[in-house]
Amino acid sequence: MKVFADFRNAELVRRVAVEIARLDLRRKVRLMEVCGGHTAAIYRFALPDLLPANIKLLSGPGCPVCVTANDFVDRAVALAAIPDVTIATFGDLIRVPGSSRSLADARARGADVRVFYSSADALDWARAQAERTVVFLGIGFETTACTIAATLAEAVRADVRNFRVLSSLKTMPEALRALFSAPHVRVDGLILPGHVSAVTGSAAFDFVPREFGIPCAVSGFEPSDLMEAILLLCRQIKDGRAQVENPYRRVVRADGNPRAQAVMAEMFAPCDMPWRGFGVIPLSGLGIRSEFSAWDASRIAVEVEPTREYPGCRCGDVLRGALQPTECPLFGKSCTPEDPRGACMVSAEGACAAVYHFSPVDRER
Amino acid sequence: MCLAVPMKLIERDGERGTVEVGGARSTIVLSLVPDAQIGDWLVVHAGYALEILDEQEAELTLNLLRQMGEGGA
Repeated sequence: MKVFADFRNAELVRRVAVEIARLDLRRKVRLMEVCGGHTAAIYRFALPDLLPANIKLLSGPGCPVCVTANDFVDRAVALAAIPDVTIATFGDLIRVPGSSRSLADARARGADVRVFYSSADALDWARAQAERTVVFLGIGFETTACTIAATLAEAVRADVRNFRVLSSLKTMPEALRALFSAPHVRVDGLILPGHVSAVTGSAAFDFVPREFGIPCAVSGFEPSDLMEAILLLCRQIKDGRAQVENPYRRVVRADGNPRAQAVMAEMFAPCDMPWRGFGVIPLSGLGIRSEFSAWDASRIAVEVEPTREYPGCRCGDVLRGALQPTECPLFGKSCTPEDPRGACMVSAEGACAAVYHFSPVDRER
Repeated sequence: MCLAVPMKLIERDGERGTVEVGGARSTIVLSLVPDAQIGDWLVVHAGYALEILDEQEAELTLNLLRQMGEGGA
């Protein structure tokens, strides 16, 4: 274990910081991360304070709860109102406001909403509750999608008919292509999500430097991982290079995890998917293959309320990296982690919540 | 949400395994890492092992980091 604990060693982090400062990049550099785990780690370890003032870190569409569109929450709330349905979900999603209510509100009104750490646990629970239909809410990127695919494959194999998945699962490469194709997006370097890359392989992001000229580096979740990725990006920028570099080799291979990719391909097919802040991104979602429609909760007929956004909420702009959380007029006023208006303030991995919790100076501004 | 914790595999029973970190144990699914062996450190996310940690690569990375920031500023 010692070897992994060392990635938190403050002296190592300081050494990388010295190397970054020594590069002396004399221009403003904007580096984006697209992983809620990175957002949380960056603020928890106060990494912006270790960087020269010209290097800015911004969060992109990497927090799965944050990019989940309101209509998914609305559909889940509607399903929760069906008497024999149990909603099984990761805890992060419970407090996310839908158009008029959250799953927590639905639970307060008597719906059966249960939190599971793993889709496998939810399947086990469904097996023991034959009289109930268990709808597992599939949110997340490739990291989580492969685990839900494996659970779904097991449900199909064992013919567990009272277990269904409502999928809002998303794929990161298509989101990045949409983000970088949009006008007015200026990103000088991209910190690649470590555990999405563990599944997809770092090579899945080769198109970013090739098509958009943006340097990339895969990062783990310890402070020295993130600092090393930032250093590699700054070196690429200084040298005028753009490629995918992978300093997180203890976990990520160029071709990723073939077993995880295979089970995703077996159970899911690419589909158009709505993202908060982006609208529908073509083929950026993972829908359940039609041959497994008996396990697809989107096939359950239910009336879903028309989607609306909370007035003044700027989550969409924050998720595109177009707005810093503190620039939102609701931030820290009518929108706080205790009483959130937007998804980015709900999840501990949301950029707004991370800034609010760990960056008191920004909060007071 | 994509956080994944390194945990040590201490028991294996088919596709299920018991992992431990800091004295806390949990049961996970090993179907995505069929080659996992007792004693391996696994990257665990949402009840599934996603990868086997490569300790040799970890050492190489740490050695590289340890050499940084030396010499004149």
